[in-house]
Amino acid sequence: MAAVEITRPKTPLIYNPKARGIAYQAVLCAVIVFLTWSAIQNAADNLARAKIATGFGFWEGTAGFDISQTLIEYSTTSTYGRAFWVGLINTLVVAGLGVVFATILGFLIGIARLSKNWLVARMAGFYVEIIRNIPLLLQLLFWYNAVLKALPAIRESLVIPGGGFLNNRGLFLPQPVFEPSSRFALIALGLGIVAAIAYRLWAKRRQMLTGQQAPVLWVTIGLVIGLPLAVLALSGFPISFNYPEAGRFNIRGGMEVLPEFMALLFGLVIYTAAFIAEVVRAGILAVAKGQTEAAYSVGLRPGQTLRLVVIPQAMRVIIPPLTSQYLNLTKNSTLAVAIGYPDLVQIFAGTVLNQTGQAVEVIVITMAVYLTISLVTSALMNLYNRRMALVER
Amino acid sequence: MSDFATRTDAALMEGPAFVRTKPLAPLPPPLAESGAVGWLRKNLFSSTLNVALTIVCALLIIWIVPPLVKFLIIDAVWDGSSRVDCLPRPDHPEIGACWAFVIDRINFFTYGFYPIDERWRVNVFFALLAVGVVWMAWLDAPRRDLGVIYFFVLMPAASFILLLGWPLIGLSKVETTSWGGVLVTVVVASVGIVFSLPIGIMLALGRRSRMPAVRLFSVIFIEFVRGVPLITVLFMASVMLPLFVPETWSPDKLLRALIGVSLFAAAYMAEVVRAGLQAIPKGQYEAAFAVGLSYWKTMRFVILPQALKITIPNIVNTTIGLFKDTTLVFIVGIFDFLMTVEASRVDPNWATPVTAPSGFVFAAIFYLIFCYGMSRYARFVEVHLAAGDRH
Repeated sequence: MAAVEITRPKTPLIYNPKARGIAYQAVLCAVIVFLTWSAIQNAADNLARAKIATGFGFWEGTAGFDISQTLIEYSTTSTYGRAFWVGLINTLVVAGLGVVFATILGFLIGIARLSKNWLVARMAGFYVEIIRNIPLLLQLLFWYNAVLKALPAIRESLVIPGGGFLNNRGLFLPQPVFEPSSRFALIALGLGIVAAIAYRLWAKRRQMLTGQQAPVLWVTIGLVIGLPLAVLALSGFPISFNYPEAGRFNIRGGMEVLPEFMALLFGLVIYTAAFIAEVVRAGILAVAKGQTEAAYSVGLRPGQTLRLVVIPQAMRVIIPPLTSQYLNLTKNSTLAVAIGYPDLVQIFAGTVLNQTGQAVEVIVITMAVYLTISLVTSALMNLYNRRMALVER
Repeated sequence: MSDFATRTDAALMEGPAFVRTKPLAPLPPPLAESGAVGWLRKNLFSSTLNVALTIVCALLIIWIVPPLVKFLIIDAVWDGSSRVDCLPRPDHPEIGACWAFVIDRINFFTYGFYPIDERWRVNVFFALLAVGVVWMAWLDAPRRDLGVIYFFVLMPAASFILLLGWPLIGLSKVETTSWGGVLVTVVVASVGIVFSLPIGIMLALGRRSRMPAVRLFSVIFIEFVRGVPLITVLFMASVMLPLFVPETWSPDKLLRALIGVSLFAAAYMAEVVRAGLQAIPKGQYEAAFAVGLSYWKTMRFVILPQALKITIPNIVNTTIGLFKDTTLVFIVGIFDFLMTVEASRVDPNWATPVTAPSGFVFAAIFYLIFCYGMSRYARFVEVHLAAGDRH
């Protein structure tokens, strides 16, 4: 039998999937290029008509406005660039503190939701359902306008034991003043941390080799807390406090915490903690019950079971969503603009934009900052995930 | 023999030393495991720690709840016409929440500055929306395919004409600057969902596409939008968008916010839908291609119906986030519900110490009802779908 020669009819180009794919993509690219080009053209026209400068020259211009909370040196004669750094640091401070407190509160509530105690579990559940379902902005406005601004005026300040004052202008706390010789304590703290890490590594290796356990916890506490305290005592406590003094219209000295800062921190911590609690709960529930039972049957105590068996496995589930909650907290800190806390958006995308009118540059810089924070965090996250992922055979 | 028998009998009568002959005194009854006392013992007082926790919680409840009830209900002022009614008087020394203020301002909270004679149009819009939402949310509703067309095409078009006005058919024009209150909150949320879902589906398909340019564009858009805060997106929509279009267009303030919110929500929807698409087994795609369906027909008839079904709970959760995020439109100067409350709070006619808390509590209850309702619905759908998968 002669081989039947199959000649595939040549498909017209229009029905060729490859050619079609290329055509679709070419159209998409053309549309995007056209949109971008016309946007740039329009922007150039509009800016020229409004006589607004372009470029990043404004960075060196004099800002001329005051900022209520500056952690680095800043005055009205500083540049816009300096104002940007002040705003960025203020954002990072509130986000950093928020992350720490929200994690503590969130873990407590997440564990409380799983408590065998009915009342504790119910109250934690109430907290989560109520806080999660009320917009953060409303909570911030409530803390700021209905709680902190409703505090007594300076003359009737609430006195906090230990030399602090709380009134509608903020929280005034004693400010620690470090004398030169206190740096020995700082050095001791650094040495203590290094020594504690070294001791941990040694104890772990010894346990791996001989099975003998070392009192890691007590030694760590002694090195990190005890050593600096001992050095402080030896050098005669070279730390003094600058106490705030209440005047009739003002409070002098001490450390001032703005009510805007407090309201923002309260709001962010309370709101994010509700989400972190759910993440923690899901993580702990994800550890199979057999793990706990197996740990008990090899003779671990409940505390050890939690610390050595359940938590390490739960953390693998908890950490990725926890990171995205941290990012949400950082992004939500932009709501500062509603209550006037001088964060990056308030200072830069608010005041600087209004003064210079250079919307494109200012918004691009602001977005780039947040984008960098989230991209760096998710890159670190992926790295961590790769290390922690279960190695499947 | 008999001697042996007698001995055995006697031994049997006495029994071996380890067999008890006298009955033991009865044990005390076990602690109740059922009933109210048993429940209390098991759930509240099972250990020393639990007893302590229970006491702390009980004290916390006593500390919070009675003052709250007193403030919200017992001492509250229900009717009145000005601040005088919500100030302490000799016969009413403790003043709770000033609900009179909320009742007085309820129309402003609902319609903003919408002309009084035209407010029936807003009510009709709410009714149209309610029909659409019920049609979409009721999983066994008749003709849900028509419902989709209604919700995503007919209702938006009708609402647009109704709310904005069309002089040709006798509806006078109402500028968006006079919209406000719940109307704006609902408009922003529903426009957000109506536009973000289709755009999000397209982006999700784009991200899983085999065409590199399409995939790249989708990934960049999604990751960019998800990496920046909504406020900066709104800032961008409000100050940069007007620069990017010809001067004559000059988009209206509400429209700018709507574009910002829709694009923002679309990126989040895209990720939710992508998760759904990934859950569909590869065999479904292969089977659809094997019977000769084109890409779009595969998606339309095979993949998306399954993927969207399992995604409903997450779509609802994203919608909850969107609903809460509508409060951020204040940044571009739009009076949404929360801003009408915030603006009324400082009205000198109602300036009392309790006005601000009353307004905020009212707003909180409003958002709580809607968001909690939606989250219950999401959970219901989850359970409902899980039950469907079991048989």
